Amino acid sequence: MELTVSDLACARGGIPVLEAVSFALRPGEALLLRGPNGIGKTTLLRTLAGLQPALAGTASAPPEAIAYAAHADGLKATLSVAENLTFWARIFGTSGIDAALAAFDLGDLAGRQAQNLSAGQKRRLGLARLLVTGRPIWILDEPTVSLDVASVTLFGQAVRAHLAGGGMALIATHIDPGFDVAELDLTRFRAAPQRLDDFDEAFA
Amino acid sequence: MIALLSRDLALAVRAGGGFGLGLAFFLIVTVLVPFGVGPESATLSRIAPGILWVGALLACLLSLDRIFALDYEDGSLDLLATAPVPLEGVVAMKAAAHWVTTGLPLVLAAPVLGVLLNLAPAAMGWLVLGLGLGTPALSMIGAFGAALTVGLKRGGLLLSLLVLPLYVPTLIFGAELVARGAAGQVTATPAAMLAAITLATCALLPFAAAAALRVNLR
Repeated sequence: MELTVSDLACARGGIPVLEAVSFALRPGEALLLRGPNGIGKTTLLRTLAGLQPALAGTASAPPEAIAYAAHADGLKATLSVAENLTFWARIFGTSGIDAALAAFDLGDLAGRQAQNLSAGQKRRLGLARLLVTGRPIWILDEPTVSLDVASVTLFGQAVRAHLAGGGMALIATHIDPGFDVAELDLTRFRAAPQRLDDFDEAFA
Repeated sequence: MIALLSRDLALAVRAGGGFGLGLAFFLIVTVLVPFGVGPESATLSRIAPGILWVGALLACLLSLDRIFALDYEDGSLDLLATAPVPLEGVVAMKAAAHWVTTGLPLVLAAPVLGVLLNLAPAAMGWLVLGLGLGTPALSMIGAFGAALTVGLKRGGLLLSLLVLPLYVPTLIFGAELVARGAAGQVTATPAAMLAAITLATCALLPFAAAAALRVNLR
């Protein structure tokens, strides 16, 4: 399986933000998406994850192959770390959360309720969820927000281990992830502003 | 999908989960009515079926906006939509969890509250049966309304306005079932209609609610 995106256009709130986005990811490869705020990184990732339809173009990988990690981690405050992770493992039909806990150094926190975690610890738990999905393509939206240096290193190790196992990763980020990876600047795919030259179009 | 049901039930009974709120509200409404209309037992037993059903309906309404709003806010709805479970199944499980935490306690508590309103003893069984048949429809219709309003801030009031008219058939047949049971008349028709409404909503609304969720998640 590989992820080939060709001539993809996507819109946010009905306004096209990106067009003619094309790139390819082969097993074992990662790609960093760069670009200023509002360029459409999150919109592109949500489109690939199947949460919104593309305006045009195609992505070769089905949403069923993609594990999506958004800004929000999807944690339940009154469930413990282990319960949160076990829930997602059962939803994705996998078993065993120990490897995911170990990969993000959460073993000591397993019994603690998610509401008592720090922001960085919550983020680590949200990223550990990726490991229990068992899906080959990771789509990550600002994964390193609120992580300290040691945790960014853990994250880099997890991504590299995933790539070494034939996985793929598409990461939108502003910071250096701490490992060598190809970059794609989305600025050149910015959609041309639409001119409203028809009265009816203004109300469409 | 069972994982989703058991997670929702676990969340409901933990701090801030809201388990028992609907039941407590139902209790207060039915206790307040005799203070409002006076203690004549004949009046009370005549209005008891309607009061009990309206109370159950409002208690159900109380917790509807939590069905999807909490998952939407913390991002787990996005993640569930990209998970290998169908969104229709997510809706059905969420409605089932809402029924177990809200509807089922009402069904079990109703006979006790019926006594407070001097409901005829012959009607007690029909009240339990009617609530048992009808409250799943209340949860399912409510889940549909919650799916429609999920992205809105302060969507709770709009949700009530959308959902209450859809509750009317359930209310009519539910109250009619209890009233007929109290009067010793034939109860088969309202019972069958209640069951039909519940079956129809459970068969159709998960698809409508899932479609509404997909639009709201864009």
